[in-house]
Amino acid sequence: MSFWNTIAKRVGYGLLLLVAVLVLNFILISIAPGDIADTIAGDMGGADAEVMEEIRVRYGLDQPFYVQLWRYMSRVAVLDLGYSYFFNTPVTTLILEKLPATLLLVFSAQILAVIVGTFLGVVAAKKPNGIVSLTVTFLSLFGFAAPVFWTGILLIILFVSIFPLFPVAGMIDVTVEGGFFVRALDVLHHLILPMVTLASIFLALYSRLARASMLEVLGADYVRTARAKGLPQRTVLYKHALRNALGPVVTVAGLQFSAVISGAVVVETVFSWPGLGTLALQSILARDTPTIMGILFFSSLVVVVFNILTDATLRLIDPRIKTG
Amino acid sequence: MTDHAAPALKVQHPLTEMAAMFFQNRSAVAGLALLISILLFTFVGPYLYPTDPFEMVWTPLSFPGEEGFLLGTDYLGRDILAAMMAGGQVSMAIGLAAAVISVVIGVSVGAFAGYYGGVVEEALMRFTEFFQVLPTLLFSMVIVALFGASLLTVTLAIGVVSWTAVARVTRSEFLRIRELEYVSAARSGSARDGYLIFRVILPNALPPIIVQANLMVGSAILFEAALSFLGLSDPNIMSWGQVIGSNRPYILDAGFAVAIPGFAIFLTVLAISLIGDGLNDALNPKLRQR
Repeated sequence: MSFWNTIAKRVGYGLLLLVAVLVLNFILISIAPGDIADTIAGDMGGADAEVMEEIRVRYGLDQPFYVQLWRYMSRVAVLDLGYSYFFNTPVTTLILEKLPATLLLVFSAQILAVIVGTFLGVVAAKKPNGIVSLTVTFLSLFGFAAPVFWTGILLIILFVSIFPLFPVAGMIDVTVEGGFFVRALDVLHHLILPMVTLASIFLALYSRLARASMLEVLGADYVRTARAKGLPQRTVLYKHALRNALGPVVTVAGLQFSAVISGAVVVETVFSWPGLGTLALQSILARDTPTIMGILFFSSLVVVVFNILTDATLRLIDPRIKTG
Repeated sequence: MTDHAAPALKVQHPLTEMAAMFFQNRSAVAGLALLISILLFTFVGPYLYPTDPFEMVWTPLSFPGEEGFLLGTDYLGRDILAAMMAGGQVSMAIGLAAAVISVVIGVSVGAFAGYYGGVVEEALMRFTEFFQVLPTLLFSMVIVALFGASLLTVTLAIGVVSWTAVARVTRSEFLRIRELEYVSAARSGSARDGYLIFRVILPNALPPIIVQANLMVGSAILFEAALSFLGLSDPNIMSWGQVIGSNRPYILDAGFAVAIPGFAIFLTVLAISLIGDGLNDALNPKLRQR
């Protein structure tokens, strides 16, 4: 099967997964106690049975289950995720407004973790019992055991009271004026602490992986051949070995996207980063079901897209990977 | 091997051998000691230090050591030391219960997929992948939001989303073991599927599952902490994450009220993962060279 056939298959399968997410969403809403009418009535300070009935008819809650499900799915198919009565905005608009901030955070944290993690792993593999190797082991224990919100809060305390170098809340400073670059720099300045916090969870995993796969590759015959023909250490390490050791790191990083998004929810809350996580928490506290469900759907969509992209990248990097 | 050489061999029970290996591992023993001290602190501590964690005892947010309150007081003037003990019980109980749920689901899914293969495997692994695509924390936030924040829903919400790793490990072990001779032998003795799965293959597949299950407890504790930090836990039940979440607005005046419970979580999960590494080495001696 050709490259594009495989990708098409992955896309089709991804769409199927998303449909499954929608069905799950819908089942959850249906079996949860209370419905939209209860929430609206609660916000109005109570309503009589007649008004409740009117609300239920307006939202289609009087229809049988499969009709409701079908209506919901056909609306989502045209990206209509309903209306948020808490924010008074269509859910899709609301989410698309917040999505870029989350994508920026998730993507930059992943890249930071992969680059620094791989670098640490390579250095550690050069001297398996050296100080860097020890640091990698320590980091991987820390990365697994430290709650991410705790890391974030400690960084906030550190950077507010001791080194006031970075802003600790929000994404932009409204007092900053200037052109595109000035404002972009301002966003980057705000991004640093949340990015480092989020990357800290995954840095450990990637460095450990890079170390292990480098050690494996460094023992391979072709590396010995490269050394035997007198290539400098640097060329052998970074051109021959690293290229093959990167595979497992990229594979695992691709599989981590759903975990990174979960982590981003917490990190966004800690640093008041105006993304999907902050929105999710607000809408959950307000019992704004359409928005919550929309976020769950969109974040699954993001994970599916990233998984397909990772898969495509891997196949392009390493032609040996069997298609299908 | 000839008969007369046999008496020279000292045959150890595999469990004894495993325990010996585990106790030779210094960091694993340190992890075990750490975990035992934390368990003693949270479960025996309250008898030695009987302060109600919900009662206001002193000026809010007073620094550790003031007036004899070793770890200070929180934003409502409650004793943080007492909160650490009470909260630890809840955090560890939820962590353990959620891990048990996810191991039961994961082992069942993985065992059936690996044993039956074919369509069953395909369907079950697709099901597993589906749960891997859902961002777990968001999904359990949704469950807690829809069904209310009680001890039960929080535990279920964590258990239901974290079983995928267990399922994958179990499946790959089953795929490997079902081809081995002793399984064929049992099968040719017309053993039933249930017997083969639970009595023949599962006991031999256990080592990596045990290691994974141990790590599950750690990640479930972290998970619970994240949910309570976000305010999605029963407000009447104290847990480590909840102490952090409720004191969060005051971090700049009283960072200790957040740093201390976070450190407790960190130590507990650290201890668990050290034990996990030790178990891994003791249970899979072949992997030790890596």
